[in-house]
Amino acid sequence: MNLALLNAALLGADVVKVFNPQSPQARAIFDLTIVVIVVMVVIFAVVVGIVMYALLGFPRWREGERDPEQVEGNNTIEIVWTAIPLAIVTMLFVLSARTMGISDPPPPPSPDIVVIGHQWWWEARYTNSGVVTANEIHIPLGKSLALRLDSADVLHEFWVPELARKIATVPGHPNHIWIQADKPGTYLGFCSEFCGTQHAWMHFLIVAEPQEEFQRWEQAQLVAASPPVSENARKGLALFEQMSCINCHAIKGTIASAQVGPDLTHFASRKQLGAGIAANTPQNLRRWLHDPQQVKVGVKMPDFKFTDEQVTQLADYIETLK
Amino acid sequence: MNGNTTITATVAHLLTPAERQHWKLAWLSTVDHKRIGILYMLTGLVFFVIGGIEALLIRLQLIVPNNTLLAPDTYNWLFTMHGTTMIFLVAMPVLFGMMNYILPLQLGARDMAFPRLNALGVWLVPFGGILLHFSFLAGGAPAVGWFAYTPLSEAPYSSQLGVDYWAISLLVLGIGSVSAGINFIVTVLTQRAPGMTLRRLPLFSWMTFMNAFLIILALPILNAGLVMLLIDRLLGGRFFLPFGGGSAIMWQHIFWAFGHPEVYIVAIPAFAILSEVIPVFSRKPIFGHEFVAASTVVIVFLSLLVWAHHMFTTGLGHAVDLFFVAASVLIAVPTGVKLFNWSATMVGGRVRFTTPMLFCVAALLQFLIGGLTGVSHAVAPLDWQTKNSYYLVAHFHNIFVGLIIFAILGGLHYWFPKMSGRMMSERIGKWEFWLMVIGFNLTFMIQHVLGLAGMPRRTFTYPDLPGWGTMNMISTIGAFFMAAGSILFVWNLVISLFRGPPAGDNPWNAWTLEWATTSPPPHENFHALPPIHSRRPLWDYANPDRPDPVVPVGGAIDTFRPDKIKAGVLTFIISEAGFFGVLILAYLFYNATSQSGPGAQELDVLKTSIFSVCLFASSFTIWRSEAGLRANKLGKMKAWLIATIVLGGIFIVGQGLEYWHLFQSGVTVGLDLFATTFFTLTGFHGLHVSFGLLALLVVLGVALVSNLKNGRFPALGAVGYYWHFVDVVWVFVFSIVYLWPLIR
Repeated sequence: MNLALLNAALLGADVVKVFNPQSPQARAIFDLTIVVIVVMVVIFAVVVGIVMYALLGFPRWREGERDPEQVEGNNTIEIVWTAIPLAIVTMLFVLSARTMGISDPPPPPSPDIVVIGHQWWWEARYTNSGVVTANEIHIPLGKSLALRLDSADVLHEFWVPELARKIATVPGHPNHIWIQADKPGTYLGFCSEFCGTQHAWMHFLIVAEPQEEFQRWEQAQLVAASPPVSENARKGLALFEQMSCINCHAIKGTIASAQVGPDLTHFASRKQLGAGIAANTPQNLRRWLHDPQQVKVGVKMPDFKFTDEQVTQLADYIETLK
Repeated sequence: MNGNTTITATVAHLLTPAERQHWKLAWLSTVDHKRIGILYMLTGLVFFVIGGIEALLIRLQLIVPNNTLLAPDTYNWLFTMHGTTMIFLVAMPVLFGMMNYILPLQLGARDMAFPRLNALGVWLVPFGGILLHFSFLAGGAPAVGWFAYTPLSEAPYSSQLGVDYWAISLLVLGIGSVSAGINFIVTVLTQRAPGMTLRRLPLFSWMTFMNAFLIILALPILNAGLVMLLIDRLLGGRFFLPFGGGSAIMWQHIFWAFGHPEVYIVAIPAFAILSEVIPVFSRKPIFGHEFVAASTVVIVFLSLLVWAHHMFTTGLGHAVDLFFVAASVLIAVPTGVKLFNWSATMVGGRVRFTTPMLFCVAALLQFLIGGLTGVSHAVAPLDWQTKNSYYLVAHFHNIFVGLIIFAILGGLHYWFPKMSGRMMSERIGKWEFWLMVIGFNLTFMIQHVLGLAGMPRRTFTYPDLPGWGTMNMISTIGAFFMAAGSILFVWNLVISLFRGPPAGDNPWNAWTLEWATTSPPPHENFHALPPIHSRRPLWDYANPDRPDPVVPVGGAIDTFRPDKIKAGVLTFIISEAGFFGVLILAYLFYNATSQSGPGAQELDVLKTSIFSVCLFASSFTIWRSEAGLRANKLGKMKAWLIATIVLGGIFIVGQGLEYWHLFQSGVTVGLDLFATTFFTLTGFHGLHVSFGLLALLVVLGVALVSNLKNGRFPALGAVGYYWHFVDVVWVFVFSIVYLWPLIR
């Protein structure tokens, strides 16, 4: 199946993400989707055909005319249009079972990445290397990684349409999926289970890159933050430690090790902030620090009412956290 | 035909001469099913306007990406209230109102079996609706989605009272719905005219009858879940909070065990409308009547087995998922049977494109689409991509609006002449039709693509991804077309009421009994009835040269006519069994493994056994009391009745002492999972015993002041059934809660 052509035909390349599978798991679902669409279209055409025939193929009602032959039914036809759908749904059941096995294989005893849903951000912990990050999950190309999904609070749902099925994160009940990407790129993921005020802005990114690049990323993520050099940045770190930022955020290499909010050790290496509500630019970072509630109302980080000077110092420090 | 009919004349038309003096009372205190039906529908209409405005605000917020028209929390309560309102305050009341109006007429009956219960049911709707909307004044409307998933709807994450008002109002509405369900069942069983056997029921009545079983089975499941949620929120219970040992997913099981039958509870009446309107305007009987009737039974049965197809993404495991895939794809088969039969009805007919027919054919086609996308959701791997996206939103709106609202509009245009004595305007009707159809499809067809493009539902805004803004804008424009169509419908209703041409008894030349009386029918419905030998008595009457084949009387079941009061109580008991069933299952699930901390070992089994024996003995005493009534030994009857009350009272006192002792030792509802489940299960049982005692006292009071010489006192038997049921429940509860831990 020439996916590119099909995709282009279906509303332009890449827009319809479910029709743009980039992993074997998503492709298995996509293949079944095509079968189901064909079945739906055929049944639709048959019934619409019958209805059109009924509406257009016989004389209209006219006042005073004798009513037509009062046909009660036909047992044979009833059996036929019960048996055929029964066969079709049986086939759909069998295909479902098969596709479930391919798109959602059983998990290994221990996962590669633990993903924890929070109101309203995603925590990611790489079990093998020990990397801890937030909202941006890097994976090596062509390899299937096992994810374990938990929740720190309410139900969330992890959905990156091009790559995998969606799966809920349930507090107290870990779930598992496999994640793989065969084409390099940045894939947008969504929280798809309503989880409160900012459910709409609980995005995440899956960055799929060649093995060497991934390993470089992983190594870089493991490095602790170096002490800041510039005066503003040093003041920023001091503010970070004194103004209760450390109550929620961790930065490896400092005294901050709390896990309530996103780990900030390599914040400056990430493409977005606020779980996708804004691009990670110096200007947006300052807007966030000035008052996170103005950027993402309801977010769990309060407005600390920093002065402009404090914002500059903090931002200068955080921008060193590459 | 008099275009200048005044308001006075119309009002005069709506009220009998005696009532004109007391017109307020006539409508507010009515027990006439026709007036109650209209009250249901008017209530539904008011809430439709509210729910519709909520929808328009939602679509306005989504018209462009990153829109700032509404704050996120505002959007979130808007979609919560929109869903809750449309399902519980619009679809159900309007459909219950239509069934209420038409069912007795189609049966050839004078009224529903329990007219006062009927009045209770209708007034619970505005009561529940006002309760729900009172939340605005009490801290804010609920903002957790119409299905209020836990833990988000639990106190730590939704601390304001909105969710509590939501839960309580749904309890109130649920009680009203169950009362209506009981009434529908007992009416069909006991109020049919002579000759109207069950097999001769028109499809609208048959489907109302079958649907009523779903109502009495499904609503109690919701009620159980709601009380569990309220116990969590208000009393510190642990049902759905993981950190207390509870299960967030348990809420979903309970909710959807109600929720899926619920969508059939609103869909089956729509099917029923299509099954009446399409034949009449094809001038042929329904094709395959028995198959359509039988497929309804299959759908009712299967709809109770598919609930977890709403939970395919929660991680239940493939084996469980596959069971629900199987049941869900299976339910497509009887549904398809209906679609094919409606279509075949039109083939070879002489189609008459009146407004009701236009809406019903549109409903058929929209339902075809919605049903097919439903099958695509039943295929779990596809649901793994499409669930919680706009593809799902498109699917269920094809059912709720495309099937149900269109069928309602068709049915209202069809039966308005009967209810008011006047015809609606066909000219305005065609405008309504095109605005609704174009508007609906503009709004929702594009949402299939939007969902496949990745847009999740329940998001107050979205990023500026390619195509998303355009698709959302198209969708919003469509919503305003529908608003225009709805306004035209209301306009049509109002002016037709005052200026519509007189309808006569049977303007459509239809064939079921509601058309065999005046429009509107007199208070007692019929002055005379035609002979009933088939499903279309009026066809037979008008076409003696080619009547329908006689539908033979099919044995005892066909003519089954139980005692009204016993049937009512037994139906009520079935609904209560569902309620207790959920509480017992929850108890078993949560106590299956021994927990640390206070548990069943805190219970004094011996003391409880003693007052349990008293309760069981009271079943014996009430049986003796009924025997006394049958033997006309009224003194004995009263004595045994008093003994029953005393024994029941001992049970309540005993339970009260037990609770007191437990509270003294610190075992309270919120202590641990055992305590939560224990107090909930035994508490609701105790509540039922208490209500039973009240009923027994009323029965005793009536027995003491009345002359019962002729031996007819059905209330005693009715309360007797209820009392035995409460005892049977205690057999289960006592065994599971008190005895089983001893042998474990």
